[in-house]
Amino acid sequence: MSAEGHHPAPVSPVEQRVAALEALLTERGLVPPGFIEEITRRYESEIGPMNGAKVVARSWVDPQYKQRLLADGTAAIAELGFGGPEGDHMVVVENTPGIHNVIVCTLCSCYPWPVLGLPPAWYKDPPYRARMVREPRTLLAEMGCPLPDDAEIRVWDSSAEVRYLVLPERPPGTGGLTEAELTSLVTRDSMIGTARL
Amino acid sequence: MGMVLLMDGIHDLGGRQGFGEVGYSPAEPVFCHRWEAVARALLVVVAGAVEVSGGEFRHSIERMEPGHYLTSSYYEHWLTAAATLAVEHGLVTRSELETRAGGRFPLSGPALVPPVADVGPDVDAPRFAVGDRVQVRECHPPGHTRCPGYVRGKNGTVVRVDGIHSVPDIEAHGTARRREPTYSVRFDAADLWRDGQRGVWVHVDVWDSYLERS
Repeated sequence: MSAEGHHPAPVSPVEQRVAALEALLTERGLVPPGFIEEITRRYESEIGPMNGAKVVARSWVDPQYKQRLLADGTAAIAELGFGGPEGDHMVVVENTPGIHNVIVCTLCSCYPWPVLGLPPAWYKDPPYRARMVREPRTLLAEMGCPLPDDAEIRVWDSSAEVRYLVLPERPPGTGGLTEAELTSLVTRDSMIGTARL
Repeated sequence: MGMVLLMDGIHDLGGRQGFGEVGYSPAEPVFCHRWEAVARALLVVVAGAVEVSGGEFRHSIERMEPGHYLTSSYYEHWLTAAATLAVEHGLVTRSELETRAGGRFPLSGPALVPPVADVGPDVDAPRFAVGDRVQVRECHPPGHTRCPGYVRGKNGTVVRVDGIHSVPDIEAHGTARRREPTYSVRFDAADLWRDGQRGVWVHVDVWDSYLERS
């Protein structure tokens, strides 16, 4: 967030509406002091794709963990300390040389918050939600993730209570890296399925 | 406000055409503006104060005027939902909001589905197993549903039996609840659309009552 206050920008209509609702709810004693700052801080610094990256890297170095992760995503992710809202029913889907997985929510913007944080704007906007189910091959290529014609694509529309995490393939030539080094290779988009590593 | 809103709503975007390129960015701030973070937190405040279910929250966004829905950002959806629920549950009034905001404060349209009086018993045992062929009911409920339009009437295969969860179509419209098994159903894209791409499987997660045996 920008440091507003020194050079206050003109207040837009949506900002005026947010301020109006905030003031009314605060006057009624419904907004605990510091609540907005605390919840914002948590999603800006503690909950994000760095958590999912740890899950992926662990599964690359520990075959038994990977087995548990694919069998019960929620429990295996909890082993690393991650869980909570939008992460209570996790299913992990594994990419292989011939199979590519990608997640979407066509009805709203469901996303696995504990491991990926809050979704990026493009994931929530109409073009991605409309097109990923109907023309994933075209859309993935447009987004910089072209796939071979014979690759199977599995699209997962998060329309009920399960939230998905894509397990990307471990990149070749990374045999000598530590788990921490592997973690730094894992991108947000590789866990959504709009990129390969 | 005042219009009868059926819920083949604008939010049900799967397969809609004409939207063009995805405004893709590999990295962006979690919140681009402070008001987005505040709007998000205020929804949490309202939902906690009046015990809003997930279904009621989602439906409060789906009831937005379609033009407003398509031309406003995700966090404006959350703001509109928070304000709509706050008004509907008596925390604030619309005129208070408009006075404070110094102008119009668009809210979502009314939910015109009365609370379901008799929701029936919970369904404890899954009717379907992995591998079963199923057909999605061709339904157009006049309220909230989590059954995407693009799979209604289509045939697919159960690939996973998930937990038993409250049916959103019921919880969105009152305090009654019915719990049912949920499933992940796999569809061949070629069965969903005449121009469906080859080698594509689309998986949709559904409640038990959305399905019948194929």
